[in-house]
Amino acid sequence: MRVLEPLIELVRGLWTTLRSMFEKPVTIQYPEQKKPVKVRFRGRHILKRYENGLEKCIGCALCAAACPADAIFVESSENTDERRFSPGERYASTYEINMLRCIFCGFCEDACPTEAIILGDQYELSFTDRRQAIYPKEMLIEPIPAGGASTPQKTEPGKYTRSVPEMKDPQD
Amino acid sequence: MTFALILEWLIKGIIWVLVLLLGFAYLTLYERKALARIQVRVGPNRTGPWGILQPIADAVKLIFKEELMPARADKLLFFLAPVVTLAPALVITAVVPWGPTLHLFGRDITLYIADVNVGVLYIMSVASIAVYGIVLAGWSSNNKYAMMGGLRSSAQMISYELALGLSFVGVILLAGSARMTEIVEAQKSAWFVLLQPVGTAIFLIATLAEVNRAPFDMPEAEQELTAGYHTEYSGMKFALLFMAEYDKMIAISAIGATLFFGGYREFWFLSNTILSVDKTPWLGPIYMFIKLIILLFGMIWVRATFPRIRYDRLMAFGWKILLPLSLVLIFITATGILLAQQINSWLLWSIPILSLAAGMITIALMYRTLRRKEYARA
Repeated sequence: MRVLEPLIELVRGLWTTLRSMFEKPVTIQYPEQKKPVKVRFRGRHILKRYENGLEKCIGCALCAAACPADAIFVESSENTDERRFSPGERYASTYEINMLRCIFCGFCEDACPTEAIILGDQYELSFTDRRQAIYPKEMLIEPIPAGGASTPQKTEPGKYTRSVPEMKDPQD
Repeated sequence: MTFALILEWLIKGIIWVLVLLLGFAYLTLYERKALARIQVRVGPNRTGPWGILQPIADAVKLIFKEELMPARADKLLFFLAPVVTLAPALVITAVVPWGPTLHLFGRDITLYIADVNVGVLYIMSVASIAVYGIVLAGWSSNNKYAMMGGLRSSAQMISYELALGLSFVGVILLAGSARMTEIVEAQKSAWFVLLQPVGTAIFLIATLAEVNRAPFDMPEAEQELTAGYHTEYSGMKFALLFMAEYDKMIAISAIGATLFFGGYREFWFLSNTILSVDKTPWLGPIYMFIKLIILLFGMIWVRATFPRIRYDRLMAFGWKILLPLSLVLIFITATGILLAQQINSWLLWSIPILSLAAGMITIALMYRTLRRKEYARA
């Protein structure tokens, strides 16, 4: 019955769509049900700390230089042993990311010499105001780890002279 | 013509218009849900349980939307076009019976609004008025896309109205009447889909073109004409055009159910039981509703399955295939009835056999032509 082929093809198409009606829907009911992000997902930035609570960011502004969208603004100030925020000479006294400009390329992550800035897995970044789009340091910095102290810390002189930690494996 | 009779008509008319208006809203939800399930999604489910308040939310949104009118539009026609489109869609189902006569409040209540003795003719004439609204909507918008949509729509609807009308003729011949109630009663023993299988197929195809549904939704082909004839419409005027479209779907499904699928009569396996409409007349509307739901699902299913066909092919299909085939079917039906009357009533069943043969020959001829074109191209 080769002449009936066009008709059979039509019926086959209808059968395919009918069968798909009884498949489990692929929909994820988003706000209630969230899908975990992929390992290399680039979401909102996080400023990291060392285990003792000192900030990794040294205010070098290499991230701001690397940023193709010019979204990052860094202002640095001097560290002293009385008021120490991060190892080395300087720390970021102002660190702002304009989320309206950020394109989540991850260049800041690559540029950072101390691995202080990380693109995390937070992706719910809605805001209702342009001013809310600028994320200050307080929003970006991660909470103090257990056993660490808050910054600024009073540290013994001569201990935190290196801004960039020594590389354990130069191949890394 | 007593006061009570007028009141009865009024009440039935109001109920029916309300059913159509609410039915339109819930048909959109039904379509979205069914389409979503076919596409392995869930569809609207946020407004109320299972999304049943979605149509109400849509309606509220459309009412509060700004009504735009193009500066160079023909103001009067632009305003009238949605009304002209909606009115035929609402009145076309006045002759469709929803059940046998009921005894209520000491009166015989007939479950149809009007019993026109040329019911089928009435349907044909009202159906062809609907095209005016669409053409006017397209023309008065003063927009090229809308104009193209209106033109396509008029050409398409006029072409497919022929096949549609001729598919009605077979039913009229078999029932011996153009009165809708008599057509339903004539299907007591066998639905006309059994006697007219190819006629039913032609009807179903032609209705898709008639109500501008996929795969024949050329007048509003999004990819080609933005939205076709209703490109310039917004707010409640758009809602009226949309409503007309979906009410036409309901209407044409009701007509199809009445003409080919036994109308309000029970399913064949329920005849002579307590569930037959002869025993319990109030089941009529329920059977009608079930048939309507099934036919509407067919339309949604076809929309979810087939891509839109090319415009010239649409016209060629209508004029070169459906029209001659339906003429042949009328000849076959008339011959079958004549044979049944003259020789043996058993010969009535020659109609489906011969018409299926005619359908097969048509498909074979189509296949050959398409094959030859393929070779010519290669």
